[in-house]
Amino acid sequence: MATSGAILVLYLIAHMYGNLKVFAGQEAFDGYAHGLREIGYPLLPESGFLWIFRIVLLASILIHIYSAAVLTIRARKARQQRYVVKKRVKRTYSSYTMRYGGVLIALFVIFHILHLTVNVIAPGGKSDSPYERLVNGFQPEFWFVTLFYIAAVIAVGFHLRHGIWSGMATLGANTAARQGKINAVAVAIALVVTVGFLLPPLAVTFGLVS
Amino acid sequence: MNITLRVWRQKGRDDEGRMVTYKLTDVSEDMSFLEMLDVLNEKLTLENEDPVAFDHDCREGICGACGVVIDGEAHGPERTTTCQLHMRSFNDGDTITVEPWRAKAFPVVKDLVVDRGAFDRIIQSGGFISAPTGTAPDAHANPIPKPDADRAFDAATCIGCGACVAACPNASSMLFTAAKVTHLGMLPQGQPERASRVVKMINQQDEEDFGGCTNIGECAAVCPKGIPLDTISQLNRDLLGSLGKGIG
Repeated sequence: MATSGAILVLYLIAHMYGNLKVFAGQEAFDGYAHGLREIGYPLLPESGFLWIFRIVLLASILIHIYSAAVLTIRARKARQQRYVVKKRVKRTYSSYTMRYGGVLIALFVIFHILHLTVNVIAPGGKSDSPYERLVNGFQPEFWFVTLFYIAAVIAVGFHLRHGIWSGMATLGANTAARQGKINAVAVAIALVVTVGFLLPPLAVTFGLVS
Repeated sequence: MNITLRVWRQKGRDDEGRMVTYKLTDVSEDMSFLEMLDVLNEKLTLENEDPVAFDHDCREGICGACGVVIDGEAHGPERTTTCQLHMRSFNDGDTITVEPWRAKAFPVVKDLVVDRGAFDRIIQSGGFISAPTGTAPDAHANPIPKPDADRAFDAATCIGCGACVAACPNASSMLFTAAKVTHLGMLPQGQPERASRVVKMINQQDEEDFGGCTNIGECAAVCPKGIPLDTISQLNRDLLGSLGKGIG
């Protein structure tokens, strides 16, 4: 759970960095997307690195979902009779929504790949240019696409806020002296990733990028 | 003060169980929670009803026998054991809900009494040191750095009451096991079995049908002995080390 999660967090940060290239214009954005396919070329075949990357990501996602399913099943089995009254003492909104938030994120990722990677779902028209797909997809008339995106990104933020903290604990890093710092870093990464992912589509919706 | 109690009543392991409401008048705010239950039981006995079964022993907060979930919190609103909780923590006219620890690994024996034998079996699997017995060694024969001794003592204050399991959304016993692993792992006497201990105890914990830890922190928040949450991280560090060495 922790290791696969760590890979996904690092990927999210890289993905967010790529997204922000949208503010550097169409050429920079499309060039970056194209450049990802050239990494390792000619040592690797065209898009070779990208496919290795995708396989690692897919494996991480599947391991992550499998671990989450095992933990959920075990938790259900471990408490079959629920409390009549249960008070939350310490658990945060983030830790409370890890499971449902995770399902929302998984559904969003499927939609997101169909929309912007494969372009099978193409609100506003298909395009070979990733920049145009983005600009077409988040136009104000497709507010529901933007809304789903925003909801998913906020879910990712909450997921990271507890996930980073929890992953570090599983990896044995949360000593008493470091707990405060790890918590602060988890909140910081969650905030940066949330805002970083929200900026490009909102900029399109509000006409700042066209 | 006058209070209304909603208490879990269950005749035995196979009984379904239900919440039953009782009204108590003239409860002194200086009574402990258990004394209040004693008063209820005296009243029930006089009315020819079955008294409410609950576990208790020392009533000094050091044995770990007592423990019920009060208004959704293990050991109630104060960070102490149920026997050290006093009625002044409640208000006149309150309705108080009292339930047993809820976990598959802690089956209800009767009313508020649960069987915590699962904890004993976790201890038996590795929560000990194998040392030759004999006369007690000199206190200074084994110098231990003060911070290590302090941490071992802090972890050793765990009384095995089970509040961590009761409060955990996953019904995990991780804080209990982590307290034992930390306590023994900080001391030189615990080193020979350190690597195998954590693996054995975790395996036993899984076998007892406790849930898995997701680092929520409810356990440490309700622990009457204040076992710190970072003991869980220390357990994980030991576990990774052991698995890395191929133990387990």
